[in-house]
Amino acid sequence: MLRHALRIAWKDLRIEVRSKEIFMTMAFFGALLVVIYSFAFPNDAAAIRGSVPGMLWVSLAFTGTIALGRAFDRERENDTMRALLLAPVPRLAVFVGKAIAMAALILGVAVVVVPLLALWMNAPLFAFPLELVVSIAAGAFGIAIIGSVFAATLLKARSRDVLLPVVLYPILLPLFVAGTKCTAGLVAEHPNLEAAHYWMSFLGIYDAAFLVLSLWVFESLVIE
Amino acid sequence: MNKLLVPVLCVLAAIGFVVSIYLVFFYTPLDFTIDHDSGRLVGTSLFFNETIMYFHVAHAFVLFTAVFIGGIASALYLWKRKPVWDDIAAATIDISVAFGAVVLATGSIWAKAAWDVWWQWEPRLTMSLLLWLILVGYVLVRKFAGPTADRVAAGMAIFGMVGVPFIYTMVGQDSHPGSGANGVAFTLKGPMVVTFWVSVATFMVWFAALVITRVQSTRLEREVRELRERALDLGVIE
Amino acid sequence: MGRLDRVHIDKVAKRYGTERALAGVSLELERGTMCALLGHNGAGKTTLLGVVSTLVRPNSGSVTYRSGDAKLTGEAVRREIGLLAHASLCYGELSAIENLELVAGLYGVAASVSAVLDQVGLEPRARTRAARTYSRGMLQRLALARALLTKPSLLLLDEPFTGLDRGGALALGEQLGALKTDGTIVVVVTHDLEAIAGRTDHVAILKRGKLVCEEHSELPHTYDQLKDLYHRNAA
Repeated sequence: MLRHALRIAWKDLRIEVRSKEIFMTMAFFGALLVVIYSFAFPNDAAAIRGSVPGMLWVSLAFTGTIALGRAFDRERENDTMRALLLAPVPRLAVFVGKAIAMAALILGVAVVVVPLLALWMNAPLFAFPLELVVSIAAGAFGIAIIGSVFAATLLKARSRDVLLPVVLYPILLPLFVAGTKCTAGLVAEHPNLEAAHYWMSFLGIYDAAFLVLSLWVFESLVIE
Repeated sequence: MNKLLVPVLCVLAAIGFVVSIYLVFFYTPLDFTIDHDSGRLVGTSLFFNETIMYFHVAHAFVLFTAVFIGGIASALYLWKRKPVWDDIAAATIDISVAFGAVVLATGSIWAKAAWDVWWQWEPRLTMSLLLWLILVGYVLVRKFAGPTADRVAAGMAIFGMVGVPFIYTMVGQDSHPGSGANGVAFTLKGPMVVTFWVSVATFMVWFAALVITRVQSTRLEREVRELRERALDLGVIE
Repeated sequence: MGRLDRVHIDKVAKRYGTERALAGVSLELERGTMCALLGHNGAGKTTLLGVVSTLVRPNSGSVTYRSGDAKLTGEAVRREIGLLAHASLCYGELSAIENLELVAGLYGVAASVSAVLDQVGLEPRARTRAARTYSRGMLQRLALARALLTKPSLLLLDEPFTGLDRGGALALGEQLGALKTDGTIVVVVTHDLEAIAGRTDHVAILKRGKLVCEEHSELPHTYDQLKDLYHRNAA
């Protein structure tokens, strides 16, 4: 199963590397968001410190959701999703493959947006690089896992562009809040590593729980 | 579904309403103390407008129950694919949106009276809001997703239900992990307990009556449609 | 290895929300036959194809896939199914060769990519270009190559002749005839009766989700026979 999943993930990544469409547009969008934040929020250092964690995770939320929509739209173009589901591979392999590819894509965008945030907002995001990377990775996995389930299910639905955020955001809220609180602990005047670690384990459990749930229900949701 | 079930539930609910109102306004004493340090409602100390509490919390019970019933019914629907489970999930969640709105509105009024703000991001209200948003999302999906609506909505209900413990943990933790969401069930003393549980029971019965009526009506709609199709097939009607 | 001999569709019914797509459809498909699935738009042909291809789960009824005496399920069935639809089922950003290699990998077959591309007549220069640069005819050839690569024993075709010129349609019809003689079960959903005339020996007509007419025939149906059947039943 894993072999097929990786094959599918590799296919997606190869397509993305060739066109770079989603990566470039989302990285640019992320950068624009950071610029908007700089105007939207007051400019003193303390206020920035307070709002940077939120900015980071809001950016991930928006760019992640749009990237998911666009990536799965590709599978609509020539009805290739039908082809994948028809293949003699476990349907879960389709899910895992897409989720891996999406996680990589979201992480790629984060690699661009996070340093930009640190640079333009003068925020000490990299004070604890290990914790930052792990928490963002956990967030990206969560978005990719849950996002892939619903993006695939909504593939044939009406109003799917609008409905994807409507469905994803309420379910992903705990992930965004945990991520924000974790980053807040890292960025604070007096860094609160204990809180950060707490929220990181929260993210880990969240990801694990929803991964199991997704593996359980994916096929039911996606087959008509 | 027994034909008498809904009328019986409605009668019970009606009795419950009358009894509750009597209990709330005439029977239960009011408790005047609040904690002046935190401005919060602590333990058994409730503010003067606690009469609203009986309605607020009763509706909140319904809200929580609905999320779980919706999630479990949706899971059963995905597993067994029998339309009745989908009907139950849809009816439960549709109606609980209204109950949820009541929770938020009464919570807001209570907050204004107790803390002089229309909204407070405190654990219980926040959690109610998040659950309500999941339910509203479900309703929107059902309405707008077209032919795949039943599956997507079912997925959302299940994922939402699994998210509840995470939401609970998340709202309970501010930067002071000690002051958790300990207030989802608080301790009451004496006659307040009776009133509290009577009002909870009343609204649960009322909710059940509404849901069952809705499920029955959906089923009847389906039966009419099937009859019509059979008639069309036989050429009895055009 | 596990080639399908017979597909037994038993009282399959499917609803989409309030719409009834299929109502108690039963059909038997045998190896070495071509079945034409006809009907108006919305009669349920695509849904039935979906059910047979395991992509649509029926509300009631079942489909049994037999290979000799054995019953096949799950991945074993999917390995034997090929699909040729109006969409190409191929990734626009990948070349023909890359698309076919992906399919070969997923289906676990030898990647005899150039052989099958030769068979469908896709010019060598185009094979390394991204598929989205292909013309409609080339895309259709790629789609056919994709379907043939895995040597399916059940080939399902959903409006395969749309967008093809007369020559292309006839060529495809010939290919299908050859496959049928080879033992493949071929099921064609189409409005283009001319293209399949002279090749079908099994016709099934759906109307509003019900099977209103089914005819087996020793000799392949002529165009006039097909037209006649269609007008009598589908209208």
